[in-house]
Amino acid sequence: MSGADLVLHDEEYQKIREVITRLRGECNAKVVFLVDKNGQQIAAEGELEAIDTTALASLAAGNVAATDSLARLIGEKEFSILFHEGERDNLHISVVGGRVILVVIFDERSSLGLVRLRVKKGSAELGAILDVMMKKSAAPRKAAAGGSPFAEITDEDIDKLFSD
Amino acid sequence: MTFINYAAREINCKIVYYGPGLGGKTTNIKFIYEKTNPNAKGKLISLATETDRTLFFDFLPLDLGEIRGFRTRFHLYTVPGQVFYDASRKLILKGVDGVVFVADSQAARMEANLESLRNLELNLKEQGYDLRAVPYVVQLNKRDLPTALPVEEMKRQLVFKGEPVFEAIAAKGNGVFETLKTIAKMVLLELRKGR
Repeated sequence: MSGADLVLHDEEYQKIREVITRLRGECNAKVVFLVDKNGQQIAAEGELEAIDTTALASLAAGNVAATDSLARLIGEKEFSILFHEGERDNLHISVVGGRVILVVIFDERSSLGLVRLRVKKGSAELGAILDVMMKKSAAPRKAAAGGSPFAEITDEDIDKLFSD
Repeated sequence: MTFINYAAREINCKIVYYGPGLGGKTTNIKFIYEKTNPNAKGKLISLATETDRTLFFDFLPLDLGEIRGFRTRFHLYTVPGQVFYDASRKLILKGVDGVVFVADSQAARMEANLESLRNLELNLKEQGYDLRAVPYVVQLNKRDLPTALPVEEMKRQLVFKGEPVFEAIAAKGNGVFETLKTIAKMVLLELRKGR
């Protein structure tokens, strides 16, 4: 298989939340959202009630993947920022540490300039946390805090998932 | 690449339905969506053309319940089957945990099946995966059509590592959940190994 599984522990999760909560305040944004490039949601803060976050994660990752390919087609390494402007809400998408996607949703209470500025600063902080997360993900799972709960999965456990 | 979230106590796995155009990948996902309890599924997203051909992907998140205190979520994706969408197909395979190959049983589509299988192997390789090592299931779809090839003949041409094979009529739902359950099990067993 390619690469290790991605593992998110509570310690990094809390740090990530701290950064994105602060970022949301600084940007005056409605939502700040972090998603793995493969489409898995990592963390989200803000007005999430009206948003299908699972779908948002998958589509944001698809969008970034397609845009990365477009960039390579014309000889660019990447387009580091995607911006979608709507009538009310806008979407600012950037890649952090080459691995994770940061999505900021904002309206007229903020501005693109402010979001760009704050995202740049926040990305550096997130990058450092993600580095730790990647290192821990790459380490053998047995060494992780608390050990691996999955080594003990039985056939029965799996069958139970499909019992209905 | 499974995403294990200790903070939220969730395991997220990605399953991709691959195969030739008009083979029934989207039909599989739609059937799963229709027959799944509303609490256990998210929104079905289809990025399709006006004529309902898959343009980029279909996406369906499923929540299978808890295993060892972790919520087990499967994200099902289909790829666009048409040959010229290869650039998009490659993207969908990123981070895949398991692959379902949906083959079209019609004799006239056998060549397309084989081409798609070769394409799968190649695209996985580009992402750093070996098809021989990835959890993998074959579904022989459209078994009800009069031009369907005999199962043994299809197996002879498509099966290469003793992978599980299911006969299906996805439009009626036959074989759809059997296929899903088997690939999901294989992915979870892979997780147990810890790689």
